[in-house]
Amino acid sequence: MTAYLLKRVAIAFATLVLASIVVFAVLEILPGDPARLMLGMNATAEQVEQVRTQMGLNDPLLLRYFHWVGNLVLLDFGRSYTYSVPVIDLVRERVAVSLPLALIALALSTLIAIPVGLHAASRQGRFGDTVSMGVSQIGVAIPNFWFALLLIYLFAVWLKWVPAGGFPGWSAGIWQALKALILPAVALALPQAAILARVTRQAMIEVLSEDYIRTARAKGMPYRAVLWRHALRNAMIPVLTILGLQFAFLLAGTIIIENVFYLPGLGRLIFQAITQRDLIVVESVVMLLVATVILVNLVVDFSYAMIDPRLRGRS
Amino acid sequence: MTLQTEIPRESLTSLAAKALHHRSFIAGFFVTVLVAGMAALSFLWTPYDVTKLVISDKLLAPSAAHWFGTDHFGRDVLSMIMIGARNSIAVALVAVGIGIGIGVPLGCWAAARGGFVDEALMRLNDLVFAFPALLSAIMITAIFGPGAINAIIAIGIFNIPVFARVARAGALSIWPREYILAARAAGKGKALITLEHILPNIATLLLVQGTIQFALGILAEASLSYVGLGAQPPMPSWGRMLFEAQTRMAQAPWMAIFPGMAIVITVLALNLLGDGVADILDPKSRRRR
Repeated sequence: MTAYLLKRVAIAFATLVLASIVVFAVLEILPGDPARLMLGMNATAEQVEQVRTQMGLNDPLLLRYFHWVGNLVLLDFGRSYTYSVPVIDLVRERVAVSLPLALIALALSTLIAIPVGLHAASRQGRFGDTVSMGVSQIGVAIPNFWFALLLIYLFAVWLKWVPAGGFPGWSAGIWQALKALILPAVALALPQAAILARVTRQAMIEVLSEDYIRTARAKGMPYRAVLWRHALRNAMIPVLTILGLQFAFLLAGTIIIENVFYLPGLGRLIFQAITQRDLIVVESVVMLLVATVILVNLVVDFSYAMIDPRLRGRS
Repeated sequence: MTLQTEIPRESLTSLAAKALHHRSFIAGFFVTVLVAGMAALSFLWTPYDVTKLVISDKLLAPSAAHWFGTDHFGRDVLSMIMIGARNSIAVALVAVGIGIGIGVPLGCWAAARGGFVDEALMRLNDLVFAFPALLSAIMITAIFGPGAINAIIAIGIFNIPVFARVARAGALSIWPREYILAARAAGKGKALITLEHILPNIATLLLVQGTIQFALGILAEASLSYVGLGAQPPMPSWGRMLFEAQTRMAQAPWMAIFPGMAIVITVLALNLLGDGVADILDPKSRRRR
């Protein structure tokens, strides 16, 4: 088990290092001089040169890379050109919107999808199964930003239950803030729930046809107990894999959804930073997102080992 | 050595008979052809000319003259959806082509060589999967400039590891078979075996994955053009139409409803088609997402 986990940690770390090289290299080839962007068009060549030296932009490539990575590890992300504040402050402020949003969406998606998938699997081929799988097939095909527009039309424009966009901040009270997050969370969650429900159903159907399920039934164990004790546990591996992938997808999905709802989150920050060529913000936030994805996948790998004892013996 | 009973090859007629009885295949196939036909028709004819702006007709509700209404420039929404289909199909199709063209050879190579090559390619795969696809697509299009071509490249890059994985997994399951052993004993090289025996045997897998990635490509293109990084105006695209509809939801909801439905119906049809193809060609295969 330790060998298996160590190998996963090593792979995760190597992926993270490679990712940092890729991000650094990509931003290196980007057109546009950050110093000139900072100083504006009227700056003289000497001024630009002075700022370049100050910012360390004239240092050798390798030195700059290690400097950058070293600062990232120390959570020193540098200063944003456009906002003129430390990037870490921006990130902290925005994470307070995006993280709750992604977590609410993930919770919603899981709470809907797993019961639906279980239900469909236990009634395979019958009415409930056909209906829920038909609905999920449509759910998979719905772009989340379109779904968001429909939700805005229905609940904000027509029924006026919630605001159409914007975020009052957590200082305005938890209820006000949650009210602003609920539509975006639903828009993010439902298409994901459709995928998750299908995966859960498929995994359950496979497990339910195993011999040990028949044995458990034959020894007189009630159906419900079989479902929860034996089937669900064994069906969790593919479900967890998809959940891990979905977290990455939800994080990226916030880029679009936060734009639809004008939420001041990480996604909107990175989108604006890309269009404004605020490279320091782009590279920090991209690395933060990539590190999160890698970490989540590592947690998924670890939980495999906890769920499936067979993996523990493998290295 | 494992014993293998060969399943007799099915004739084309029996496959066709199976296809005709497969409801989701029929529905998916029919709608896909309809969408493709609509896109093809738009080259020759659309109900209205979308390059002409008729401001006096702006924001008209759906009617007999304009089935899906008009937008804020007085352009016919149906005509724009027809032309937008061209863009969606072209972007998604070429992106799938990039994925297959580069990913499949890589996956087959990894499976044939094993060892270091395999390990290195799979780690590269991990690397690409660590970047949320949409985030990277936005970065790529932002760096190289918005437009349909860059959208194709951005989406295509993320198809490469997907097809590499599917091809590798498929090839790995074929390599231990007896007929491969026989071919090797007959002195065939790994490249030739891959070409003659592996590829035909994983073609079904690739076809099914292809329809899934096609559907995902249409969704990705819509997302990119929604944030302004896909096809540029005046070329109509479904995602861009939704963006333009957003601020006019209260006055002209049809501007958002119909392009969105076009996306949902197309993606749904492709998914049904993929399910159907998987069922018909290989009862054992399951779809991967």
